[in-house]
Amino acid sequence: MNLTLKIWRQDGPKARGELVTYQVADISPDMSFLEMLDVLNERLNAEGKEPVAFDSDCREGICGMCGLMISGEAHGPEKTTTCQLHMRSFKDGETITIEPWRADAFPIIRDLVVDRSAFDRIIQAGGFISVNTGSAPDAEAILVPKPNADRAFVAAECIGCGACVAACPNASGMLFMGAKVTHLGELPQGQPERAMRVQAMVATHDGAGFGGCTNIGECSHACPKGIPLDVISTLNADLRKAKSGRF
Amino acid sequence: MSRLPAGREKFTRRTAAPVTQATDGERYVAIVATSTLPASQQAVRSSIGLKLLMAGSGLIFVGYVLLHAYGNLMVLGGADTFNNYAHHLRTFGQPMLPYGGLLWIVRVVLLASLVLHAYSAFTLWGRANGARSTKYAVKKNVAASLSSRTMRFGGVALLLFVIFHILHLTTHTITPQGKQPTPYDNVVNSFDKWWLVLIYALAVIALAFHLTHGVWSASQTLGLTNTATSRARAKIAGHFVGALVATAFLIPPLAILFGIVD
Repeated sequence: MNLTLKIWRQDGPKARGELVTYQVADISPDMSFLEMLDVLNERLNAEGKEPVAFDSDCREGICGMCGLMISGEAHGPEKTTTCQLHMRSFKDGETITIEPWRADAFPIIRDLVVDRSAFDRIIQAGGFISVNTGSAPDAEAILVPKPNADRAFVAAECIGCGACVAACPNASGMLFMGAKVTHLGELPQGQPERAMRVQAMVATHDGAGFGGCTNIGECSHACPKGIPLDVISTLNADLRKAKSGRF
Repeated sequence: MSRLPAGREKFTRRTAAPVTQATDGERYVAIVATSTLPASQQAVRSSIGLKLLMAGSGLIFVGYVLLHAYGNLMVLGGADTFNNYAHHLRTFGQPMLPYGGLLWIVRVVLLASLVLHAYSAFTLWGRANGARSTKYAVKKNVAASLSSRTMRFGGVALLLFVIFHILHLTTHTITPQGKQPTPYDNVVNSFDKWWLVLIYALAVIALAFHLTHGVWSASQTLGLTNTATSRARAKIAGHFVGALVATAFLIPPLAILFGIVD
């Protein structure tokens, strides 16, 4: 496959960026998207040019490290992570625009790498349960009804990649936040801190500069784990109940 | 802890451990965990709080347009039916309410809802713009419905229409129909003009779009759609309310334009 790539290049957080056009040739359709970028970077290295900076880690679709805006879609045209996207999803001769996640809460570090520590701060604010160390009970000591366990598990699939924010027209982090609030809210262990959790997380989310949700659904569509929109409904209900003291 | 404002840090007699609260709510306190909520962020109205304001005020509008659309259908009954209806709206609740009392109560509630609805919409709109100050060079809308993507500008269009509509048929400041003796004459001699019907029809279509996404979105914001089934139902409800209101609102002007009512 021969492709034309338009890649966002930016030297640093404060630098001016621009889309730079590259040609890549003889790309195998069985390569992953990141392997295709590796091929480009090997060539740039050989030519003595600065390679394109992008994030990746496990390349198995489970760590949440990678994430690129590919021709206007977060993680590209398939419902998966960028590392698990293959070049067979593209046509020979196609022009692909590659941009970083764009959100003021995710400042660009370099090229396609963004700083997603705003997500960490949201988790630190309330995305946890408190247990005393040294006396952790058996995991199955407290019975959890199957439907609650299932829903908690679906929500817990979130890998924190940030595709929801990237795809949202409002750059809102509510699918991410809703996933954590639902995950812990469906389980008995999550109940004692439930009211505090949602309020602290929402305040941190808003303070980090994410936008509000308008229930459009781009987030859920872009989510490589298919987290459903109803976690945002649970998030909204939890905040409403917490504010009115009904937990 | 030091970042929390005075009064938010408390000590319980029992444990003597600092108890941190995320908000003013008194019921739940976290003894083990300390909130990392910065004080500056508590003063800002939360995005979900604003959404709740928008959903609540929006539902008041949904109820109002349903009643308004039903009332408009009275014009199909002829001059006496419609004029009696218009008169009855003003004498409703007498003698406990003064003449026109109900209308004024409705107007005050609607105005308050409008202020809250517009305030939350423009605040969230501004925050959303600030949340992505650099736009994408290429961005596809793959899941967004047309009604969801037209909420903001459609809402502004509806606001402008409401102003025009009040100046036209409430205050009679704009009178393409001329000075008319009765409410029925006002309506019938307005909608025999094609361009006026066109303005109203466009507004009603904009309203249908706004309601289609709005009803679903309000259900989601109020936290009523926690399952795939309830989500699907809320979307159907949105389409149903949008179509119902649009149809009911379009019947009278079109009936007048085509001479079925005159």
